[in-house]
Amino acid sequence: MSESLLEMRGISKVYPNGVVANAGVNFSLREGEIHAVVGENGAGKSTLMKMMFGMEEPSEGEMLLRGEKVRFRSPQDAIDSGVGMVHQHFMLVPSFTVVENMILGMEPRKGLGINRAEAERVTRELSAKYNLHVDPNARVEDLSVGMKQKVEILKALLRGAQILILDEPTAVLTPQETEELFRELKLLKQAGHTIVFISHKLKEVKTLCDRITIMRAGRTEGVFETASVTEQEISRLMVGRDVVLKYDKEKKAKGKPVLAVRDLAYTNAAGKKTLDRVRFAVREGHILGIAGVEGNGQAELVKALTGHLPGATGTIDVAGSVVAGQGIKAVRGLGVAYIPEDRMRQGAAKEASIADNLISTRYAKKEWNRGPFLDRRRIAQMSKDMIERFKIRCKGPEQEIGMLSGGNMQKVIVARESSASPRLLIAEQPTRGVDVGAAQLIHQRLLELREQGCAIVLLSADLNEVLELSDSLIVLYNGGVAAYFDDPSGVSEEKLGLYMLGLEQQSEEEAGKAYDL
Amino acid sequence: MIFNTRNFEKIRTLAVVLISLLIAFLVISIISEHPLKTIGIFLFEPIRTVSHIGNVVEMSIPLMFTGLSVVLLFRTNLFNLGAEGIFYFAAVVASSVAIHFAANAFFHPVVAVLAGAVVGALLSAIPGILKAKWNVNELVSSLMFNSILFGVGLYLLNYYLRDPQSFSNSSYKFRPSAMLDVIVPGTRIHSGLIVALLCVAAGHYFMYRTKWGYELRMTGANREFAEFSGINTTKVIIMVHLIAGFLAGMGGSIEVLGMYNRLQWASLPGYGMDGALVALLAKNNPASVIGAALFLAYIRIGADQMARMSDVPAEMISIIQAVIILLISAEQFLKFWKNRMLLKEAGVRE
Repeated sequence: MSESLLEMRGISKVYPNGVVANAGVNFSLREGEIHAVVGENGAGKSTLMKMMFGMEEPSEGEMLLRGEKVRFRSPQDAIDSGVGMVHQHFMLVPSFTVVENMILGMEPRKGLGINRAEAERVTRELSAKYNLHVDPNARVEDLSVGMKQKVEILKALLRGAQILILDEPTAVLTPQETEELFRELKLLKQAGHTIVFISHKLKEVKTLCDRITIMRAGRTEGVFETASVTEQEISRLMVGRDVVLKYDKEKKAKGKPVLAVRDLAYTNAAGKKTLDRVRFAVREGHILGIAGVEGNGQAELVKALTGHLPGATGTIDVAGSVVAGQGIKAVRGLGVAYIPEDRMRQGAAKEASIADNLISTRYAKKEWNRGPFLDRRRIAQMSKDMIERFKIRCKGPEQEIGMLSGGNMQKVIVARESSASPRLLIAEQPTRGVDVGAAQLIHQRLLELREQGCAIVLLSADLNEVLELSDSLIVLYNGGVAAYFDDPSGVSEEKLGLYMLGLEQQSEEEAGKAYDL
Repeated sequence: MIFNTRNFEKIRTLAVVLISLLIAFLVISIISEHPLKTIGIFLFEPIRTVSHIGNVVEMSIPLMFTGLSVVLLFRTNLFNLGAEGIFYFAAVVASSVAIHFAANAFFHPVVAVLAGAVVGALLSAIPGILKAKWNVNELVSSLMFNSILFGVGLYLLNYYLRDPQSFSNSSYKFRPSAMLDVIVPGTRIHSGLIVALLCVAAGHYFMYRTKWGYELRMTGANREFAEFSGINTTKVIIMVHLIAGFLAGMGGSIEVLGMYNRLQWASLPGYGMDGALVALLAKNNPASVIGAALFLAYIRIGADQMARMSDVPAEMISIIQAVIILLISAEQFLKFWKNRMLLKEAGVRE
């Protein structure tokens, strides 16, 4: 086919840990289109893109650029061939300015030094040409996430990218920033660039993209003109069945307070106030959602709640006991369960079996031991029940958890944390990077716990999720509570966005209602 | 089907052993006048007579102790090579008990071995506490401890245990009551073998069946995860060091009381480092330590006999060991084959 700019044929990829991420994938890209790659996480989108950008080499298959066979051994090869990539986690030097980041590795020279004037001129010119406005002399660490993303795009363009790969670019953006990004991307398309847009937000894909490649379980499910398919059809192909992200939950009478956080403050080593007089309370059978752009105090708040943020002031009460600085073991002893954001580091031991991962918070309890030995039969039975109940796709309880996809791994973690009948559950990004099917299952499980009277703190970057599940909602901005809503169902994503960006702020009295005892 | 991904590690270890043996044969063919005869000696001499089989088993006993000790440490993701110094120092302690105290033939060896083991455990706890509390690199501290323990041990041997009538660095004779009994007539296989096998069995059950073993495995697999699950990993690391030191100390004590009638080690005997090799071959599985220790002892005795009866020196064995270590630590070795298996199991091919 002469019309495809880039074509990947029969691509397979096996990672050293044994995960088969791609199995015989075909992908083709037309010049000047915005092409969406959608799929549940673990479907192999990121892997495919990494191979397109030379970060990974395919185990099998071939790649053709303008009809010629190419092989990218490193990102440099890809860049030389006009492929650029904007990563989900930005690859920028935080302490450098925008200009310095732009020219890194390709500095214009003046004698032995760097020609700064020329570098700045190039940056300004490019940013004017594509309507991507950033202050060339600002330090990257001072920029917002949306701005950093622009720098990343400019960086790729400066390196001559004709094909631009964006890996879940909207995951970290507010609705307003997302709209702006879409305008810029359309402009890039008009200028003749080809864009690969990875996402699992179907609404965005529908508004922005020309064609869609759908992936599922490491294979391509099909390529479609965007106009010819509906969101429902796409999601069915992604998941293999229909999904609805809508839950019926009953309004409940107020239960007893379980968690009370009062005047929590913390100043980090760099002298920045990352938590500022945070006050809120959560009652039995109540889900408190916490929204906010990443880096506005969520990480510190969770650390404080799980008892390992020494130096924090204020009080945290869990069912009457003060937990500050007690350590996670003591906090767990009070009936607190925790679903950590980083499942590979804190949530699971990937070389250990599923059963071992399921029992990690309970193994020491008497009911799981018989004399000096662990009750293996009981643990195996429990694991089998969990695998069935949470529809964990695996070969059995003895399989290494590291062999599972992200979604299934997360299901194991949720299964573990939710089945000890906790009094309080802290769920940190419980469905990040998880496919729609798994997310739905996890959501249902959270609602079940709520039904049983568990208090839940839900931190999530997915506004849809927060709005849909929470009974009440706070927005964190700059370490403080910027807004409190006692009925999130009436709040729009756009309105939340304003608070998340700090464009609006509730009065202290209004936001203080979050501390409702 | 044998050739699936589940058996991958076993097949890989077997392949490594075969390749290293083939390389050994190749080297022998190049340097020996009668390569076939030499290879025959190397391969079959260790099992030709009862006494040779006895040599293999005798040598495997200390390897089982240090191997098991290192397995526990490695499994907790602690790269501690301190078994060497502890093995030596515990032998000094057990020797002094064997020389200076008197008891009946049951209690004397028991007390001597336990003394060595307990001292080993306590010494091992030092790098353990340093690691657990202040994150001091256990590889560095344990290697330094090897030197320290060797120096102090040699001092004790020279100034407190040395028999002035002997010309070499050797201690007074042990009291006969302290020495371990031979359990297989015609060999020197001593009652330490029974203790070693019991320890391996206990190690297996400890690691896979008890909650402490579970804590150990989780701490080793991902310390942060273990910590977040509510496991006190500081405690686990210290516990593992105590047990590992106890086992290494027991190994040193049993070796010296089972195989010798005086302490004559004027240099580190090397069993601690060999323990790391055994752990590598055993893939950090306690039960596999028996096979790994026997294999290592077998090729060593084979090499000894070869040196005695042919024109190839025993140092040949170093080549085999080097190849084994190299290939087993090379994670990518045979990975392509595993990948192909995975693709096949995923249904891409055929």
